[in-house]
Amino acid sequence: MSHIWSMIAQRLALGLLTLFIVSVLIFLATELLPGDFAEEILGQSATPETVAAIRRELGLDQPMVIRYVQWLGGAVQGDFGNSLANRRPVAELISTRLGNTLFLALYAAAIAVPLSLALGILVALFRNSAFDRIANASALTAISFPEFFVAYILILWFAGAGGYFPSLSTLRGDPDLLEKLYRSFLPALTLTLVVTAHMMRMTRAAIINLLASPYIEMARLKGMNPMRVIVKHALPNALAPIINVIAINLAYLITGVVVVEVVFVYPGLGQLMVDSVASRDMPVVQAVALIFAAAYVLLNLAADVLSTLSNPRLIHRR
Amino acid sequence: MRNSSLITGGVNRRGVLKGASALGGAALLGPMGAKMASAQPMRGGTLKMGISHGSTTDSLDPGTWENDFTNLMAYTRNNYLTEVAADGALVPELAESWEASADASVWTFSIRQGVQYHSGGTVTAEDVIASINHHRGEDSTSAAKPIVEPIVDMRADGMNVIITLAEGNADFPFVLSDYHLAILPSVDGAIDVTSWDACGPYALEELEWGVGARLARHEGYWKTDRAHFDAIEMLTILDAAARQNALISGEVDFIDSVDLNTVHLLQRAPGMNVVSVTGTQHYGLPMDSRAAPFSDNHVRLALKYAIDREQIVETILNGYGSVGNDHPIGPSNRFYNTELEQKAYDPDRARFHLQQAGLDSLDVDIHLADAAFAGAVDTGVLFAESAASAGINLNVVREPNDGYWSNVWMQLPFVATYWSGRPTEDWMFSTAYSDGAPWNESYWSNARFNELLIAARPELNEDLRREMYFEMQQLVSDEGSTIIPMFASFVMAHSDALARPEVIGANWRDDGLRIAERWWMA
Amino acid sequence: MGILLNILYFIAFIVASMAAGWLFRAVVIAVFPGRIAKEMRTAPLTASFGLFMILLYIIVAVFAPWIAPFPETEIVGREFQPWDSDNWLGTDALGRDMLTRMIYGARNTVGIAFATTTLAFVMGAILGLLAATVGGWMDQSLSRSVDVLMAIPSLIFSLLLLTIFGTSVLTLIIVIAIIDSTRVFRLARSVSVTIVVMDYIEAAKLRGEGRWHLITREILPNALAPLVAEFGLRFCFVFLAISALSFLGLGIQPPTADWGSMVKENATLITFGDITPLLPAGAIALLTVSVNFVVDWQLHRASGLKE
Repeated sequence: MSHIWSMIAQRLALGLLTLFIVSVLIFLATELLPGDFAEEILGQSATPETVAAIRRELGLDQPMVIRYVQWLGGAVQGDFGNSLANRRPVAELISTRLGNTLFLALYAAAIAVPLSLALGILVALFRNSAFDRIANASALTAISFPEFFVAYILILWFAGAGGYFPSLSTLRGDPDLLEKLYRSFLPALTLTLVVTAHMMRMTRAAIINLLASPYIEMARLKGMNPMRVIVKHALPNALAPIINVIAINLAYLITGVVVVEVVFVYPGLGQLMVDSVASRDMPVVQAVALIFAAAYVLLNLAADVLSTLSNPRLIHRR
Repeated sequence: MRNSSLITGGVNRRGVLKGASALGGAALLGPMGAKMASAQPMRGGTLKMGISHGSTTDSLDPGTWENDFTNLMAYTRNNYLTEVAADGALVPELAESWEASADASVWTFSIRQGVQYHSGGTVTAEDVIASINHHRGEDSTSAAKPIVEPIVDMRADGMNVIITLAEGNADFPFVLSDYHLAILPSVDGAIDVTSWDACGPYALEELEWGVGARLARHEGYWKTDRAHFDAIEMLTILDAAARQNALISGEVDFIDSVDLNTVHLLQRAPGMNVVSVTGTQHYGLPMDSRAAPFSDNHVRLALKYAIDREQIVETILNGYGSVGNDHPIGPSNRFYNTELEQKAYDPDRARFHLQQAGLDSLDVDIHLADAAFAGAVDTGVLFAESAASAGINLNVVREPNDGYWSNVWMQLPFVATYWSGRPTEDWMFSTAYSDGAPWNESYWSNARFNELLIAARPELNEDLRREMYFEMQQLVSDEGSTIIPMFASFVMAHSDALARPEVIGANWRDDGLRIAERWWMA
Repeated sequence: MGILLNILYFIAFIVASMAAGWLFRAVVIAVFPGRIAKEMRTAPLTASFGLFMILLYIIVAVFAPWIAPFPETEIVGREFQPWDSDNWLGTDALGRDMLTRMIYGARNTVGIAFATTTLAFVMGAILGLLAATVGGWMDQSLSRSVDVLMAIPSLIFSLLLLTIFGTSVLTLIIVIAIIDSTRVFRLARSVSVTIVVMDYIEAAKLRGEGRWHLITREILPNALAPLVAEFGLRFCFVFLAISALSFLGLGIQPPTADWGSMVKENATLITFGDITPLLPAGAIALLTVSVNFVVDWQLHRASGLKE
């Protein structure tokens, strides 16, 4: 087991390095974007004098490197600074939205992961049957529709006049958990439809890939029930790729849902990121980018640890 | 479905002119509007609005207000010295009355007594001066800096505020109705831009930028015949389809902007009312008059005749607007030039002007993004199609929405722009057409025009002013460097839960952004 | 009744698709004797339907100017005209013929998606295989750089890059390909890492085969199956990426027709039950399903299962 701990330690160290490089990249990319905060926030009303006054006030007239080092100095001490736009602490701006984003991601994952695993196992069991084809074709059709379009169709069916679910998931006025689940059902369902196909197909492929191996052949020749063969014998060995694709999709649910947020007016991090990029609000952009990167790094690490644990040969390495 | 007030085409323009008294209001409503207005305003209820703007980067600083969320909240929370009434006339708000010196350079405003802030204090002359000063001075970061630039001195005299301008301006009180110039409480001559306090009809209760706000009626509000709702809920809904869905499913009662592609379908939905008003909002295509080939007026005229305005109004605006005549003064303005010949699509005439410019054909790029106005890119596509038959090869380049105003607009030679318009001719012309103005987006400089602009500004004789503004419209239309193909209506929608007055403001969206204090529950 | 009718249409559609697949298979077997016919005989109906559709898309894409009833950008009437004998699928928001736009969309969208996915796979697979074969610092530096790129959400990353470098078709292809190639890299690397330690690779190394030979002749053929499976999905993600970008105001330059942007342009109509936006979305879906049916068939053959 000890090498798992050392792997975790090593990966966490590498993860910190990744975060640092991401922060440099994001900083550079935002700097390279045309226009700075002063120009973007004034938009059509920008005049040279006002732009200069804003830059003076916020220290944007200082060289790029100095601004980055200042930001980094604060960040390593846990101080992410204030938003340039409304001067509020970044931590305060982000905290509720981070909670909302995680809530929606978990909600969607709680539906999508069991669903795609079950479907994946079933289509592997009934491979090449009509059920397999139809399940596959439906899942593929669902992911070939852009997210906003899936959302519109769901709204047409489930919301609208006299609908069952609200078309807006604003989460205003501190709803309790049940109310929250009800209000954010449609965005969660949209995301489920978006990620299910990928996980289901990977489950199917990983299982089918093993079905020709001699030990499965053996189990079948012994007359074992096909469902049992798959769940007991094939699935444990197919877990590694499945866990990996689940991790990728979970990361997507946290970092990539801005379009769904916009359509359902869901107050998550994606919209905050896009708004902040648009107005070049560097401290907020940086903080959100770091959260996204950290989520990705941690999920990947968790996936690798879990795949290692799922494989005895990797735990008891010689 | 009830669809009132469609102002399109010539017939309706006459209607507007007839209805436009004194200062030209533009809201012309159909018979349904009149019937609804006869109902007595009802007190109570919550107005729930879906707003097409709002960003997590907005703030309470009046100098940063710039979108329809911040601006609507501005008029919902605040009062101003003056108000542009629904019919377009200027009426007193916090300033009870005002008078000007003979050359219109010294203005005395007498401030209303006993107007209460939400927190309980009263509005003083010092607050007024501090509120305006917030936008002045070298260190001011306010977007409103240019409009208060002409002020050289302000002083309080009891409840009077005396403002001295660098030069006379007959329209100065109009400027004070601008959404930036909210009157806020001051301490030691400075306003607190993070405070929630204000003196308008509704007080902030909840606010999350980019999501929404909730406001409750200010019980001590001095206007007794206004502010009928108990509470106001504003919700940012950026996506057009989501906004419409929210209205249809009853989650909001009003949406400030309707997707023009589907407005005909929304009209058919039961209980939905589409409201549109044509005011001063116009969409333009400015050309850099310093850069070849646009430096030649014949090239500019060729392009002006190569655009099919009727088709663009029909297709891009779905008919919700009227054709423009390459100058920014709308039919609702006081001195709108009624004698000017309307430019129309004429490929032969475009070719003629090309030949005059010594060209057989013309290849130009136009840089567009829907950030300029909804449908800007499609406008370019239609323009390119109609210009092709005049021998003009117009290449539409779609620019990213992000960074459009800093990277494309006023940077590249042929772009798109929008203006909500300004209530007065002088304000509009000096903002975007006078020589050297920061927003002179076409870099146009015309000696005669600039001379007239300065002469007309302090002129108190209406007839002389009209004559001068007529000539200026002619100059901008025939020699200016901006194609203005259309005046776009503000198209809003509300459910049957709401009732509205007979005439609604056309100077801004949302009944002049004052829907919260002018409308009521049905 | 409405639901029953819909189910009936659905069944009719499936039956028609299967019939098309069967007919196509029969024709191919009859026309091309030998190897192709032998392969084709093993194809299930779904796969031959998929092949048929892909062929159809290619024909439409290649011969677009001859098939389309109108020029790509011509405005033929008023906006949103209903389906009639002149404009079979009606007109779009600007009054251009919808059928024409769909046909040209096939050419532009499929072309761009194919170019992007191919580029992403060439880059991702070569680097992934290289990282696995060489190992050591090469593996570490490549893997960590890819980690950094993948840690930035792809939509926001492409938004940043496209805003910085402009939105020409070439930049669009390169940006999406680079972002996609990171995913391909990971897959290619993780698959080949398990292959590299196999005995036959060791044997090849002892034989003194060069690195290039190892990668192309020994590792790649054995890593191909999962890569092909991934290709089927990645292909579809390019359409979605373009569509999501046009949701944020970027994407393909007008007046070029492309399905991703067409879905976006007409999407609001669906909220009123108008099916116009289903046409481009359906075209994307049909192609995705077809490609993946073929991929499934190939995967099945590669897995060695005999049923």
